[in-house]
Amino acid sequence: MTAQPTERHLQPVPPGDNNDRGGKAQPLLIVQNLQKYFPIRGGVLNRKVAEVKAVDDVSFSVMKGETLGIVGESGCGKSTLARLLMHLMPRDKGTLVFDGDPVDEPHGITLRELRRNMQMVFQDSYSSLNPRLPVVDSIAYGPTVHGVATSEAKIKARGLLEKVGLRPDLFGGRYPHELSGGQKQRVNIARALALDPRMLILDEAVSALDKSVEAQVLNLLGYLKRHLNLTYIFISHDLHVVQYISDRVLVMYLGQVVEIGPVDRIYNAPKHPYTRALLQSALEIDPEHRIETPPLVGDPPNPINPPSGCRFRTRCPYAEAICERETPKLGKAAENPAEHVAACHITNPVAGHSMAGRTLQSLPVEASAPRALAAAL
Amino acid sequence: MTDISAENAALIPAPQKPVVRGYWGNVWNKLRYDYVTLFFLGLIIAIILIAILAPWIAPFDPNKSSMASRLKPPGFKHFVLGTDEQGRDILSRIIWGGRTSLLMGISPVLFATIIGGLFGVLAGFAGGRTNTAIMRTMDVFFAFPSVLLAVAISGSLGSGMVNQMITLTIVLIPPICRVAETATAQVRTMDFIDAARASGAKTPSILFRHVLVNVMSPVLVYASTLVSASILLASGLSFLGLGVAPPTPDWGLMLSTLRQSIYVQPLVCALPGVAILVTSVAFNLVSDGLRQAMDVKA
Repeated sequence: MTAQPTERHLQPVPPGDNNDRGGKAQPLLIVQNLQKYFPIRGGVLNRKVAEVKAVDDVSFSVMKGETLGIVGESGCGKSTLARLLMHLMPRDKGTLVFDGDPVDEPHGITLRELRRNMQMVFQDSYSSLNPRLPVVDSIAYGPTVHGVATSEAKIKARGLLEKVGLRPDLFGGRYPHELSGGQKQRVNIARALALDPRMLILDEAVSALDKSVEAQVLNLLGYLKRHLNLTYIFISHDLHVVQYISDRVLVMYLGQVVEIGPVDRIYNAPKHPYTRALLQSALEIDPEHRIETPPLVGDPPNPINPPSGCRFRTRCPYAEAICERETPKLGKAAENPAEHVAACHITNPVAGHSMAGRTLQSLPVEASAPRALAAAL
Repeated sequence: MTDISAENAALIPAPQKPVVRGYWGNVWNKLRYDYVTLFFLGLIIAIILIAILAPWIAPFDPNKSSMASRLKPPGFKHFVLGTDEQGRDILSRIIWGGRTSLLMGISPVLFATIIGGLFGVLAGFAGGRTNTAIMRTMDVFFAFPSVLLAVAISGSLGSGMVNQMITLTIVLIPPICRVAETATAQVRTMDFIDAARASGAKTPSILFRHVLVNVMSPVLVYASTLVSASILLASGLSFLGLGVAPPTPDWGLMLSTLRQSIYVQPLVCALPGVAILVTSVAFNLVSDGLRQAMDVKA
């Protein structure tokens, strides 16, 4: 956890990153019990009638210099999570600790400070650039907000354009509509880098690009990460891209973390039935290996009224009575980055599930539908 | 880049310095080739100049009547466009009348754009209750047809130039406010506003740097279409006797008084109307051209 101040001063600063405060072992970002419910208002008096549990009790940590991939179906709360981290919407509950400093608390760093250190690249490259500003001005805007002189900020913006592979004299004066999607996304990355952040949140940053451009931008991200000591949170629904770019992966389902761990272990030996189904749904490049039956059936349950206990139990082939009664816990995953954990009763030998303690790989993939549903069919 | 040998380098043309224009530079560059808009822009400038220079241009005193030459056709003696029912020179009155009419066309729109735009941006950006409070108030004004509203306000304020200006401003505020609100609400949900907020910008900075520039062009274009509407409305009020007082030359007022003589001198009666028509068509066409030129994406 948070290093003592004395220890912090004794720690040697790693080369290249002058902003490091907590040392190598201190996670760059610790998220604890983050929660966001959106009220649904209705009726004559516009009273709150229900809540969408968009992000519910999410905890994880991001280590320095790593790329944490976040995957999940549409509507599972990935983007809400990104916006909560960026403080673009107020959170209901939860704490953020950035490099040992709690965010927006009396003894921690301010929100402004956090935003200087953490920036975001949005999915929609079109709407994330002001159509009435030349791109160089869009990039220079952030530094000017933080008190850098306009001329200086513009010089910096031109340098950043060069870094993301756009010639500043050719592209700097252009308006967003005069750029292609890939070029716009490069500008967006440059804009996010303008404040010299230590962490970038990439919310579906390459999803809207076509494959060849996507590859270019992914390579650019890798290059920037190495040269600028960056840490990425990479949100995507594209499992192949996440596998390519991530060091660790976090799987979300209905606003909760169901599994988190190193990318190889998640992709080779998923522990949560949902993760396995999600990975199976990714298209194989080899047509011979494509699956014919869907790994999951049905839609995700309504986040307004999620199932009791384990939220996945309505679609899980191994659901038992215990899954309805008790919510499986992730454990202390937030503390140990090397750990591969899943919020599933099967992974817990003492939970009381009949298959408890067995690995998912040893279980039959017989039913694609939950037993209850299969019986009804 | 790898090094290029001298002969190859000669083959590659030197990179041309791209032309970088500012926003208004771009607008002008597009307007330059839009001859229709340019023509009518010139016409508007001419009309404004004529109105400003009225004391030196007008051949006669607009208020000097002559009982001997009443309601004469154009070209009668030295009256180029004829005379009205009191024997006053129509040309001089149209030139002088342009002053009031243009003032009534432009200044209420100007005031309404500032006030309505301010409320609209506020409503659109704040959203929620502020939005409801402002926009529902505007809706109350919207419920009345604009002429009826103008007549009602004008009737309660009394006639006179200042009152007419206030009336027109009040009438024009709701539509401008609505346009500004819609444009702002559209911009507000765009990701670049979030990006600006994520970079630590405060609300005033976001409003000026990111919202206003995007809201300005639809509002300005819409306001320019209202100039002709405002001239017509002002003429209408004068026609109904709620605008400027009779001796003052004003296109609407002239139309109103000459109406009775339409069977005697139809051509002369139509002239103030032609002035109104030409001016409002010119403003409409220019605003149309302006809309195209101000659209960065075109």
